[in-house]
Amino acid sequence: MDTGGRRARSPGGLPPVGQGISVHRVMGTETEYGIIAPALPSANSTLLSSQVVNAYAATLREGLGNLAGTRWDYTDETPLTDARGYRMDRARAHPSQLTDESEELTAEQIALERGEPAEAAVLMNLVLNNGARLYVDHAHPEYSSPEVTNPLDAVLWDRAGDLVAITAMERIAATPGFSPVILYKNNTDNKSVSYGSHENYLVPRSVPFPKLAEALIPFFVSRQVICGAGRVGLGPLNQEPGFQISQRADFFENEIGLETTVRRPIINTRDEPHAVAEKYRRLHVIIGDANLHEVSNYLKVGTTALVLALIEQGLAPVPVLEDPVEALHAISHDASLTTTVRLTDGRMMTGVELQELYCEAVLAALPADADEQTRDVVDRWQALLVTLRRDPMDAARHVDWIAKLKVLEAYRARDGLAWTDPRLALVDLQYADLRTERGIYQRLARRGDVELLVDPADVARAAVEPPRDTRAYFRGRCIAEYPAQVVGASWDSLIFELPGERRLQRVQTREPLRGSAALTEELFDAAADAEDFLARLLSGPDRRVSP
Amino acid sequence: MASQDRITTGGSSSESEEELPEPVPSAPAAQESTQTQGVDDLLDEIDGVLESNAEEFVRGFVQKGGQ
Repeated sequence: MDTGGRRARSPGGLPPVGQGISVHRVMGTETEYGIIAPALPSANSTLLSSQVVNAYAATLREGLGNLAGTRWDYTDETPLTDARGYRMDRARAHPSQLTDESEELTAEQIALERGEPAEAAVLMNLVLNNGARLYVDHAHPEYSSPEVTNPLDAVLWDRAGDLVAITAMERIAATPGFSPVILYKNNTDNKSVSYGSHENYLVPRSVPFPKLAEALIPFFVSRQVICGAGRVGLGPLNQEPGFQISQRADFFENEIGLETTVRRPIINTRDEPHAVAEKYRRLHVIIGDANLHEVSNYLKVGTTALVLALIEQGLAPVPVLEDPVEALHAISHDASLTTTVRLTDGRMMTGVELQELYCEAVLAALPADADEQTRDVVDRWQALLVTLRRDPMDAARHVDWIAKLKVLEAYRARDGLAWTDPRLALVDLQYADLRTERGIYQRLARRGDVELLVDPADVARAAVEPPRDTRAYFRGRCIAEYPAQVVGASWDSLIFELPGERRLQRVQTREPLRGSAALTEELFDAAADAEDFLARLLSGPDRRVSP
Repeated sequence: MASQDRITTGGSSSESEEELPEPVPSAPAAQESTQTQGVDDLLDEIDGVLESNAEEFVRGFVQKGGQ
């Protein structure tokens, strides 16, 4: 599908990474969904999450497509490696940081809980033929999108994840003997717990990490005004009544750090590139809210890609905040957008003003021949900031927190509700309910109250087809073509087990822009079977997959 | 927490920054603009799908920590 013009392709047909001011770069999103089974209040959440994974697997087996219900290949995962240049001692790490070990409950334990024999095939991890991963992450089902090269595709394959979640949820509801589960695209239970939606951006390793951190901190502190998802309740324990802009803000306590589940930092230093480590780092962004509004999501990743481009060119503003964590909370707690935060040079700025600083820097650096999508992101960003200055409520069609606040304020006005009223908490929760009938965002979208960027037919296709311009194409297509032979997978490898061969064959995909359709489609079309495919792929001077 | 909220409400002080709107008994009396009409429609629609026992439902939404 066409997702907007691309500029300045390198001779190999690969979009540039780290060249020029553009929104194009390798990126991806991760969503941990909130999950409950209302009729089973004490159900184990890992168990419920595994039901989601297995329900989707069952749907695929019935003809939607293929999957690799496989071992995740953890060989290249290094969650304790710090981008600042050292490793954390495993013994000092919080157990939830050991993401390269399997989940708390094993598949065998889950089978036992379900009263099934331990060897029954309970899947905890799927690699989908759209190149995504659907798995049980601690106590939540998580969808990690395939690698894409631009914000519009990021929105499309993120939306595809929501469709995967909805499909699984509907399947469970329709399965006799199973209690329906509800999935929520939100980030807190509003008791004490937060769960993430993460973004990943490929960045050249040559950019020093401190340069990234200093420019990104004030950007991330203020970014919530354009893409926060809104929350009823203040404080990590919801200890004060009120409304705030961000779901996640109150759960962040540090500026920089390795953790993602405790003492959460604005800048996460996990250095796990899932790619050629000498060339790239993967910036792992943990501070975003999960977005339902497509425009919020588009601007979240689009503006971040632009700021990364500024940093790489040495053109990023660095408005150093006196206390970034406090500023993050203060901006989130003021829906009027008038609260100012202090910079070390003495200036006081609002969140909108901080965003304007970055937007102006992009405008100043934008080449005259900027591609269509880059220009679209910049235009929307600029226009939204003008609207936010004039009257934030005018941006309800484009921004999650504003759409949510508008509904909440309407309830408050009609029924005279205080912020402590449980009905407002319910509106907050049900805004993120993914059920098409019950979800409030879903209702707003159907009424035409929000702007949509991607066509539902394209979303349906993206749930079963990989992007064509990254290694996700290779991964997804291998799974589609050779489901029986692919026995393991990860972001940067696929493991084949060929009939009659005793050794497994591991194909590395460490270059995110190789393995694209342009480089491998013909090979897939020509190969007779998995063995023939691997023989063709691995013979000769071929750089279609790995460098 | 839902239960804490209630305690705070009962306690007294919690509404410091937000002025409580007059509890207008939802008389549609002077609502003329189409925008207000749209909001009314929307609230009617949402009323129809909101979980029935708000307090209990919200209290039951308990998650384990994530990333």
